[in-house]
Amino acid sequence: MRFMMLMLPADYSHAAPDIRPSLESIERMMQYNFALQRAGVLLALDGLHPPSSGGARVSSVDGKTTVTDGPFAEAKEAIGGYWVLDVASREEALAWAARCPLTPGETIELRQMFEMTDFSPDVQQAVMKLHAQHESAT
Amino acid sequence: MTATDIHRTIEAVWRIEAARLIAGLARMLRDVGQAEELAQDALVAALERWPESGVPDNPGAWLMTAAKHRAIDQLRRKKLIERKHESLQHEPEFEPPDGRAELEAMLDDDIGDDLLRLIFTACHPVLPAHARAALTLRMLGGLTTDEIARAFLVPEPTIAQRIVRAKRTLADKQIPFEVPRGEERNERLASVLEVLYLIFNEGYAATSGDNWIRPELCNEAMRMGRTLASLAPREPEVLGLLALMEIQASRLRARTTAEGEPILLADQDRSRWDPLLIRRGLSALERIDKLGGALGPYALQAAIAACHARARSADATDWPRIAALYALLARVRPSPVVELNRAVAVAMASGPEAGLALVDALADEPLLRQYHLLPSVRGDLLSKLARHAEARDEFERAASLARNGREKSLLQQRAAACAVAAQTRN
Repeated sequence: MRFMMLMLPADYSHAAPDIRPSLESIERMMQYNFALQRAGVLLALDGLHPPSSGGARVSSVDGKTTVTDGPFAEAKEAIGGYWVLDVASREEALAWAARCPLTPGETIELRQMFEMTDFSPDVQQAVMKLHAQHESAT
Repeated sequence: MTATDIHRTIEAVWRIEAARLIAGLARMLRDVGQAEELAQDALVAALERWPESGVPDNPGAWLMTAAKHRAIDQLRRKKLIERKHESLQHEPEFEPPDGRAELEAMLDDDIGDDLLRLIFTACHPVLPAHARAALTLRMLGGLTTDEIARAFLVPEPTIAQRIVRAKRTLADKQIPFEVPRGEERNERLASVLEVLYLIFNEGYAATSGDNWIRPELCNEAMRMGRTLASLAPREPEVLGLLALMEIQASRLRARTTAEGEPILLADQDRSRWDPLLIRRGLSALERIDKLGGALGPYALQAAIAACHARARSADATDWPRIAALYALLARVRPSPVVELNRAVAVAMASGPEAGLALVDALADEPLLRQYHLLPSVRGDLLSKLARHAEARDEFERAASLARNGREKSLLQQRAAACAVAAQTRN
């Protein structure tokens, strides 16, 4: 089963556009990433710029599409990066999240990723049909 | 936390720590069997202690400390015995340091090298292939004998016995806990890759039983493949095997119906293929190219799997390229099975007649005499050539040789369809 670990750094929602993690914290995080790799559970990872660095929110309000540039006044937290893990159980994902070298104020949010089997057979059927139509159209 | 929660947490911690623990202890004790038993003891201690005391903040460190203390006790005892027999004994080869700090430092550095040593030892060619697979799943995957037994559909005592025997063999033959060098390294690496692929394949196309696939074995093999790739990132064949497994596994969800019936490659709903695994496989292939390893046998098989992964529909498959890759594979790793696969690719690229000529050349191949895919492929090509009666005979023969229940019934269905086609023709 796959989990996404979302990193929520302290005060990232209103961080300056040019903010970068220190070399020390990069090194610490790399050691953790190596451990994930060595355990064979890491499928993907990326770090994200703060919202103030070109981030935007595109939303639908009253049938109209509005674009708001970051930083977002009302947001309390922002995602700073993510990992995709392939593990045997939720407990294993939790155990990995607990090993992440967090500094005070940092949070990891753990979320299970959907699989087709999480949906009802009807929905699965409909999705397959749409894919088939799309395939024959291209 | 309930008792079940704690139990699950311990299982998860064990999965993460087992290999590290065993590898570190094995370097200290120079005996993987003993190391594995001490690590197990630490696990038992955790199972006793944690439900009462709660799970410690750093459960990995707790297990490591518990195991280390046991190891140190054991080394001290051994040393004491050795001292008693000093007049009879040579200088012991390994002098355990007395200081606990020194021992602990020894355990903590170079965990990567220790893991690599552990993989090479568990997959030592002195052990039979099925024992290597069981030992590897146990020591690297952190699986229980019960889990391994269920995965391989054999009784638990059989697996337990295999593991005990394997550990005894490693001790009796004094197999050193090391990463081999030079030419031996290449040979031993081949043995490691063979074990991982054996585990993967047992999951991917189960040879026996009623389930066509057992994804948990595929996942274990891929997980260990990733571990190996992170420890030996410049070995193109390690990356090749991982790419091969990941690209093949990308189709796992599409390979069976909801009822567990197999779906052949051409009929699979490609939207169900896993794009993340495909992407990983394709980028590994690029890296293999850069390392100059594109002609390795696993890299070639991965490149073939990639041809299917890239095709948006079965019709869009680049069969001439697949046929060419099989020709290369037949040169570096000649085998009748590769030749049979090449025949399929040639049939798709140049027509069933061209493929049939290659298949017919394999008719007397002793290695394929009991191999159900030979008559299965021949039946398929004959039915494409509208030689239905002959095709029916081949499918019936294939069905009688197939050991997997699902596969057998699929072949029987094809035989029946050919029989109908043969009759309407007459």
